[in-house]
Amino acid sequence: MTIGILTASYITSSVLFILALGGLSNQEKAKRAVWYGIVGMVIAVVATIFGNQVFLTKWLHWLIGAIVIGSFIGAIVAKKVQMTGMPQLVAALHSFVGLAAVFIGINSAMLPHIEMSSSQLTIHNVEVFVGVFIGAITFTGSIVAFGKLSEIITGKALILPGRHALNLAMLFGCLFLGYMFLNHEGNWTLIIMTIIAFVIGAHLVLAIGGADMPVVVSMLNSYSGWAAAATGFMLGNDLLIVTGALVGSSGAILSYIMCKAMNRNFLSVILGGWGDTSGPAMDIEGEMKPIDIESVASALNEANKIIIVPGYGMAVAQAQSAVSELTSRLRTKKKEVRFGIHPVAGRLPGHMNVLLAEAKVPYDIVLEMDEINSDFPETDVVMILGANDIVNPAAQEDPNSPIAGMPVLEVWKAKQVFISKRGQGKGYSGIENPLFFKENSRMVYGDAKKSLDTILQNISR
Amino acid sequence: MIIGSPKEIFKGENRVAMTPESAKQLQKLGYKCILETNAGINANFSDKDYKDAGVKIVKNAAQLWKQSDIILKVRGPEKTELTRVRVNQHIISFIWPGQNKPLLENLKKKKVTVQAMDMIPRISRAQKMDALSSMANIAGYRAIIEAGNQFGRFFTGQITAAGKVPPAKILVIGAGVAGLAAIGTAQSMGAIVRAFDVRPEVAEQIESMGAEFLMLDFKSDGTGDGGYAKPASKEFIKKEMELFRQQAPEIDIVITTALIPGMPAPKLWPKEMVDLMKPGSVVVDLAAEQGGNCDVTKPDKMVETKNKVRVIGYTDLPSRMATQSSNLYSTNIRHMIDDLTPEKNGVPITNMEDDVIRGATVLHNGKITFPPPKPKITAIAKHTNKETKQKTVEEITKDKIDAEKKAGKLQVILLVIGALITWFIGIYAPADFMQHFIVFILSCFVGYQVIWNVSHSLHTPLMAITNAISSIIIIGALLQMKTDNDIVSILALVSIFIATINIVGGFMVTKRMLAMFQRS
Repeated sequence: MTIGILTASYITSSVLFILALGGLSNQEKAKRAVWYGIVGMVIAVVATIFGNQVFLTKWLHWLIGAIVIGSFIGAIVAKKVQMTGMPQLVAALHSFVGLAAVFIGINSAMLPHIEMSSSQLTIHNVEVFVGVFIGAITFTGSIVAFGKLSEIITGKALILPGRHALNLAMLFGCLFLGYMFLNHEGNWTLIIMTIIAFVIGAHLVLAIGGADMPVVVSMLNSYSGWAAAATGFMLGNDLLIVTGALVGSSGAILSYIMCKAMNRNFLSVILGGWGDTSGPAMDIEGEMKPIDIESVASALNEANKIIIVPGYGMAVAQAQSAVSELTSRLRTKKKEVRFGIHPVAGRLPGHMNVLLAEAKVPYDIVLEMDEINSDFPETDVVMILGANDIVNPAAQEDPNSPIAGMPVLEVWKAKQVFISKRGQGKGYSGIENPLFFKENSRMVYGDAKKSLDTILQNISR
Repeated sequence: MIIGSPKEIFKGENRVAMTPESAKQLQKLGYKCILETNAGINANFSDKDYKDAGVKIVKNAAQLWKQSDIILKVRGPEKTELTRVRVNQHIISFIWPGQNKPLLENLKKKKVTVQAMDMIPRISRAQKMDALSSMANIAGYRAIIEAGNQFGRFFTGQITAAGKVPPAKILVIGAGVAGLAAIGTAQSMGAIVRAFDVRPEVAEQIESMGAEFLMLDFKSDGTGDGGYAKPASKEFIKKEMELFRQQAPEIDIVITTALIPGMPAPKLWPKEMVDLMKPGSVVVDLAAEQGGNCDVTKPDKMVETKNKVRVIGYTDLPSRMATQSSNLYSTNIRHMIDDLTPEKNGVPITNMEDDVIRGATVLHNGKITFPPPKPKITAIAKHTNKETKQKTVEEITKDKIDAEKKAGKLQVILLVIGALITWFIGIYAPADFMQHFIVFILSCFVGYQVIWNVSHSLHTPLMAITNAISSIIIIGALLQMKTDNDIVSILALVSIFIATINIVGGFMVTKRMLAMFQRS
């Protein structure tokens, strides 16, 4: 195969990848878009194997084995994973990209450099160094994120004393090692830097609290892209650069959207911890009024316009199929049932949409915050399932609240609000929620799935 | 313990303090319920309804008072009833302790505990037991109905083949619960409604009910403690009268609801105003029991003035809708007992630490506990003088343009910085690096444009597919396979292995997710 055909294949793959991402603009196109991605990947891999006669390697059997077993594992994981476990899976897969980038970078440093001018060599070494650095941070960061999301590691932020100084010291250490590496002090500098970068990656994500996980996951998504792009520079491969840049900017935009949805500064999220609050929180007046499930059911029976607001609690309770059943029963009674999704609901961007889709809730009644916020005043009943901060009116009413200014779903404007909650405690961010004390709010304590099942018994088909 | 409700003996009182529905709820709290026979008949609840709800029917009042530990009533005990009160009995009813000192003294002798439903503090937690509000709501509604009964025209404006009918103009003075209920009722019947109140912060509530708030050009806040109004100054009243004098000739129906706690009702609609009104107009004075807002008002009567204006002073408006008001009142009482029985064991505890119970309790084991200390919380948050005016449309558009200009400037600055950095790299970097660099920058831009179009609901599939695509890094590992260095080969193999997992897993999971999205 000539270089021309190889390049042509790479161009085709690049275009297909762009089409694959662009196709996600709506649900129907998206189903085709995945195939673009798959075809692009196959073309790229096959062209590389034949274009460079990779099959001539003495490790051919191993290579085939790796690909076959890898595909097999990937397929099983993809089949078995629960939709509620999606955040963990995505985090775990990110770590793979990071690790691969590290290995490829180290390999590249170990291979002999042929026909390179000194300036070319310097640039190449910088590329290797940067690629390994990003890859290493992605790897351990993703592993810690995986641990936090699957609750192997505590979701609480680990705040070491002087953590910013610690990070800076490690960063400077890496820079110094980089300087030595460029002066041909040997590959050991690269290895030590890799270890330090591992520590930085883990430490960065450890310092971030569970509620900020959507940002972390999309940030790691971005890093994995940049790692691929850096590898592309290192190998002088444009396909890697294009793909890496696409993924990198995709993750960056997702992080930006998430931060905006929480009214947080990106840097303060990445460096961990909530921003400083100024002054005491507003006093909340009133009491949380519990209500029995039969009354909720009868309110739903009488309501015409209903909005359901799901949060992470719905995923935890695995209540999505009960929600779906409730929705279809209410809809057959000619009631308008819709869902309001906050951009940071759940632990992953778009997490709620996927869960509801899995439970066969039609996507055209699942609306974004901006689409539905103006409809709350005309709504009879709002059901909140395991969501807290995203419906907290303090964001608008209390300028001293840590979440002041964060866009929230204005559920309290509805005529009646039912909040399904496990207990009287505060939300993930530990902020008191005045919504629960409002006059039109009623609390439904207990597991969301059990509550919904009881409601279903009271609502005829 | 046994809760009993006698038939009201006050003349014309049709309400009852216990309904079959509330009795059911009371039994859930651990109480036994009894009722004097035919106590609910005027509110259309038969003895059979009560029996079905598990209530025992008692033949006469004497028996009922004897058997009951707790007495639920609407009106405070009358003379004959006072003789029946048992020592240590528990009574819950309207009492009006401020106006009814002798009643309190008489009850004191019997060592009873009394909760006055009219003394529930007006804080949001206690709204569910606020019987004054629920009765005022009914009174406001009924005031419009009574007015309509006496008024000779339609409320709503109509153009018919037989001629044009102008809409009725209604003025509501005092936008408390009754006033707001009257506004809502009149509004829904098609009348033009105007409303006045001395408390400026209720303007929003008035407008939310669809009425026009008559502004008084005067700086004064008439908000007193507990959400009620306080007496106004002389200058204020002068201005107010000027406003009413303007309105009186135009207005067809006036509903006055102004009350100041513990004082006679203010005379807001003097004879002078009544004389200014057109013949056929109607005044409904909801403050008749407290002396009336109108000079002409006679309590419990309707009077017609010389210029044919009818002034209604009925004081039994809630009782005229006995079913509705009994339902609401009994629910208020039921909530009260709910709070009195935290253990749900049928034994009431008068917890004097609780703001609401403390406020309502006027007699505790024979000791007079009226008046209560001031509640700690004001009903409506104090109006902090908001100097920040609403921005006008021009200001908003100006702000927008400014923001856009600012964003434009920022973009230019960023472009310049970006160009400088690229230029700087270009000086030092070799040519082939620059070629890759161009590809990189352009790809970032393409990514930026493409990703902003991705639907929010598809963000999870987006992450999964980008994850699969970023495993294109496998190509790097494949290229490194052709080497004699075994370590390199092994590392590359591991990379290929995990990247394959990623590719296959990522694409398949994306497909699985997308297949789930279905249109309804």
